[in-house]
Amino acid sequence: MRSETQERFYPMDRGNPFNPPEDYAELRDKAPLSRVRLWDGTHPYLATRFADIKVVLSHPRFSCEPNREGFPHVLEGRMVADKADRSFLRLDPPEHDRLRRMVTKEFTVRKVEQLRPRIQETVDRLIESYTSLPQGADFVEHFSGPLPTEIITYLLGVPFEDHEFFHRATRIQFGSKSSQAEVRQSLDELFAYLDALIDAKEKNPGDDVISRLVAEQLVPGHVDRETLINIVRLLLSAGHQTTQNMTALGVLTLLQHPDQLALIKQDPTLIPNAVEELLRYSSVLHMGARRVALEDIDVNGHIIREGEGVICSIPAANRDGELFPDPDRLDVTRPQARSHVAFGYGVHQCVGQVLARAELQVVYGTLFNRLPDLRLAVPFEQLRFRHDMFVYGVHELPLKW
Amino acid sequence: MKIQIDKARCIAAGQCVLQAPKVFDQDEEDGIVILLNDNPTEDLWESTRMAARLCPSEAITIIED
Ligand code: HEM
Ligand code: SF4
Repeated sequence: MRSETQERFYPMDRGNPFNPPEDYAELRDKAPLSRVRLWDGTHPYLATRFADIKVVLSHPRFSCEPNREGFPHVLEGRMVADKADRSFLRLDPPEHDRLRRMVTKEFTVRKVEQLRPRIQETVDRLIESYTSLPQGADFVEHFSGPLPTEIITYLLGVPFEDHEFFHRATRIQFGSKSSQAEVRQSLDELFAYLDALIDAKEKNPGDDVISRLVAEQLVPGHVDRETLINIVRLLLSAGHQTTQNMTALGVLTLLQHPDQLALIKQDPTLIPNAVEELLRYSSVLHMGARRVALEDIDVNGHIIREGEGVICSIPAANRDGELFPDPDRLDVTRPQARSHVAFGYGVHQCVGQVLARAELQVVYGTLFNRLPDLRLAVPFEQLRFRHDMFVYGVHELPLKW
Repeated sequence: MKIQIDKARCIAAGQCVLQAPKVFDQDEEDGIVILLNDNPTEDLWESTRMAARLCPSEAITIIED
């Protein structure tokens, strides 16, 4: 019954750029697990209810391996990158857990707290350099892009001079207009680069994540070189596009909701909760967490057959009124905000979430106090949103201060 | 209130430490959960329940007295 409505094409268009596609609300009510049609003619399920998504993402028999028959490939370019991916993001337990545990010690609450002064310093410096540009300068290019790159490359021990290379590589690999050949070439370049970097760290280790992975995992033979390159690539790219877009979209969202912005300016203790609410509200991983069933699985009364794919819509779950009353309202004081699934759920829940939270808290806690007149430099209608990109956000954000 | 943790399930997401830092910690070696206090006082119950609810891998079990 639940899947018998008219089949829609996925991804769907948004009306209001701050809200998920309008169809999601109707689907959640009437057909919370319904089939959609993708670019390649396949028909996976789209899950739009919070409760169903939690079941799928925490079920041991839903696989996230992209080479399995039935895994949903939402964008053509992503398919190439996903199928080539040998990191733990695209592996099931037990191998997933073994590899993930090689890096989790680098992103604990304690480690991130130790990093906070450096994040603050970087934010202060970027505000200085951004505001030395002419009024109307692009916040994405000059602030929200550089910030996560600087932090993650510092942690990993990647030379600062190579940032532009990473920006370009992620743009190609996460873009919707990229052809399969372009993605393949960009991946090859990135692999060659990381291969050389790992060599350099082996010969000349530093106090950084890559050096520790080389010494503690690669040299003793716990991980092979190709897998290590994949893990480093994952750490570089997963934290880059997501945090960049969340930072900029969050700033824009607050500027468009002056009452909410006033609340956090008045009471900075609200900032951690405001960050959770902005994560919920924005859900930048808008194409969802994708899985394929390895056997027939009962998802709250609906049977997903073996070999069928499911796209778990993070934006739809985060606007589910069952859990978040008046879900389309931005409310920085919302008590349930942190129950969101913006970082996913289950064993793949984001490794970098503590770091991402700290970066966002520092940005929102500093920017609006330092620049009290911060405002859009162009009419809202002129902004271009990243509708067809794997990670949602704004392409450019010209601001005045 | 009694708390049990399942280290084999834990994926080191750190949510529990953010919610209830007096009850949970993370191992320096691998980020896996460490139980600091398996019988917390009443003032910590709410944050401990929240930690269990937010844990993405259901590694925290709470036994209410
Ligand atoms: C606002 C920023 C971020 C958002 C919204 C976000 C979101 C997510 C989501 C939804 C997943 C799960 C994907 C799935 O289940 O298919 C994930 C996984 C992951 N994220 Fe993040 N992320 C962010 C920042 C970061 C940062 C800063 C890092 C830096 C290290 C990072 C590293 C990872 C890694 C390594 C995984 C794979 C985890 C696994 O498969 O076990 N993320 N992220
Ligand atoms: S919240 Fe759960 S998975 Fe995360 S560190 Fe705590 S016990 Fe482990």
